Amino acid sequence: MTSSALLINRLHKSFGKTEVLRGIDLEIPHGQVPCLIGPSGSGKSTLLRCMAFLEEPTSGTVVVNGRPLGYTESADGTRTRLPAAEIRAVRSQIGMVFQQFNLWPHMTALGNVSEALKTVQKLPVREAEERAMAQLQKVGLENRADHYPSQLSGGQQQRVAIARALAIEPKLVFFDEPTASLDPELTGEVLNVMRALAADGMTMVVVSHEIGFAASVGQKVAFLDQGKLLINGTPREVFQKNRHPRIDQFLETYLDRGAAMLL
Amino acid sequence: MNFDINLIVSRLPELAQGFGITIVMWIAGTIGAALLGFIIAIARRYGPLPLGILLRVYIEVIRGTPFLIQLFLLYFGGPSIGLSLEPVPAGLIGITLYGAAYFAEIFRAGFEAVPHGHVEAAECVGFTRTQVVFRVLIPEMTMLVLPAAVNMTIVLAKDTAVLSIITVPEVTMVISAIGSEFYAFVESLFLLALFYWGLVELCGKLGRTAESKLSKYRFAAS
Ligand SMILES: Nc1ncnc2c1ncn2[C@@H]1O[C@H](COP(=O)(O)OP(=O)(O)OP(=O)(O)O)[C@@H](O)[C@H]1O
Ligand SMILES: [Mg+2]
Repeated sequence: MTSSALLINRLHKSFGKTEVLRGIDLEIPHGQVPCLIGPSGSGKSTLLRCMAFLEEPTSGTVVVNGRPLGYTESADGTRTRLPAAEIRAVRSQIGMVFQQFNLWPHMTALGNVSEALKTVQKLPVREAEERAMAQLQKVGLENRADHYPSQLSGGQQQRVAIARALAIEPKLVFFDEPTASLDPELTGEVLNVMRALAADGMTMVVVSHEIGFAASVGQKVAFLDQGKLLINGTPREVFQKNRHPRIDQFLETYLDRGAAMLL
Repeated sequence: MNFDINLIVSRLPELAQGFGITIVMWIAGTIGAALLGFIIAIARRYGPLPLGILLRVYIEVIRGTPFLIQLFLLYFGGPSIGLSLEPVPAGLIGITLYGAAYFAEIFRAGFEAVPHGHVEAAECVGFTRTQVVFRVLIPEMTMLVLPAAVNMTIVLAKDTAVLSIITVPEVTMVISAIGSEFYAFVESLFLLALFYWGLVELCGKLGRTAESKLSKYRFAAS
């Protein structure tokens, strides 16, 4: 039996008294690229962060390739936290790309990409750098290998961050609004890298306001509203003519924002 | 002003020694203070809570009282608790304990200024806690605190003058002695000010060079 790439069961997350995620169930088969959309504050980032165990779910489980991440839950509902080494091992199947890039400023592009190979996987420096170079090539930045983040444009930084996430050869890559802090003319280069990655068969979860990307690349679009998955279907189903009123509202404000940019 | 240059020349060996001792107290004291401050910052961040509270009290006391009084207490009050120190070691220990409190605060703020996302990125690619500290937090913190650390080093250069009060034969003490011997206070103090100013300028220059050398490591604009 091939387990799904990611399986989320009855996931809840509260910050203090506010319940941000209110029971999420989601299954992501290998090779799929679901896009997660929804109004600001609906819990998209929180969900993605719970999926990478950057945030600890209040209850519910996340299973990556058949291995539970963070906690196991027995039938009677008791939770056991897994050992740190197991959490690291499961998490190493996930690549994470952040809105703010989060490159390490004291390392070159090559250093950022090869760091985990050297420090975590303990590869010899030469091999680590060769593999890192191959990743930089994939994102079209082999000629910027010795540049520091401060010497790169936003789009280039995000592509390095993608190469860094890919270097550990994850089974899944999560993107949290990867283009939201980029100038419009730099958005395209990052989206193109992501398109190529999707075409390569990578399983990806993408939180994005790029509705166009969601509609064209995502086989599935999930709409999150107030901590619940309102709809999870093909782009056609989600964006179809007689769509859910909440999505209508969401698209309206989205268009408002788009139109506002033209003024 | 009828300051006699011969006066200075005749005391040159003594003066040179004074300069030397000032420089040694300054550099050794700064290194000691920075090291101890770093250890305190790490202990406060990762150590047990009671230790953290103790260190916080230490920092508050040191920062809340004049260096002069701390030195007095160490040098003149020390013997009453069985701690008799020669002037030079007492001065070194004093400047280290004093500077460490400030460095500890500088490093603490530096650690806190490292964006949490940089730590999360490291956790996501499998770093252990220790690897995060050594590969991400400490290097980034060092970059962030450089201007404040240079500033503190300059402050300590000037504060070595206070050591004359416990008869460390550094340059302030030597020159004041010459000054009072010949009733040439203004001239000697002028000379002294010039010396400290030169030291501070040199230190500032070195700091700026280091900063520009390291500028490529600066945080990238997104
Ligand atoms: N660390 C936190 N502590 C407390 N509340 C939080 C925390 N992180 C998120 N929240 C709250 O959880 C809710 C969902 O936030 P989240 O960032 O997941 O939304 P989002 O859908 O990603 O929004 P956006 O589109 O603006 O990025 C918000 O109300 C937010 O204030
Ligand atoms: Mg978000």
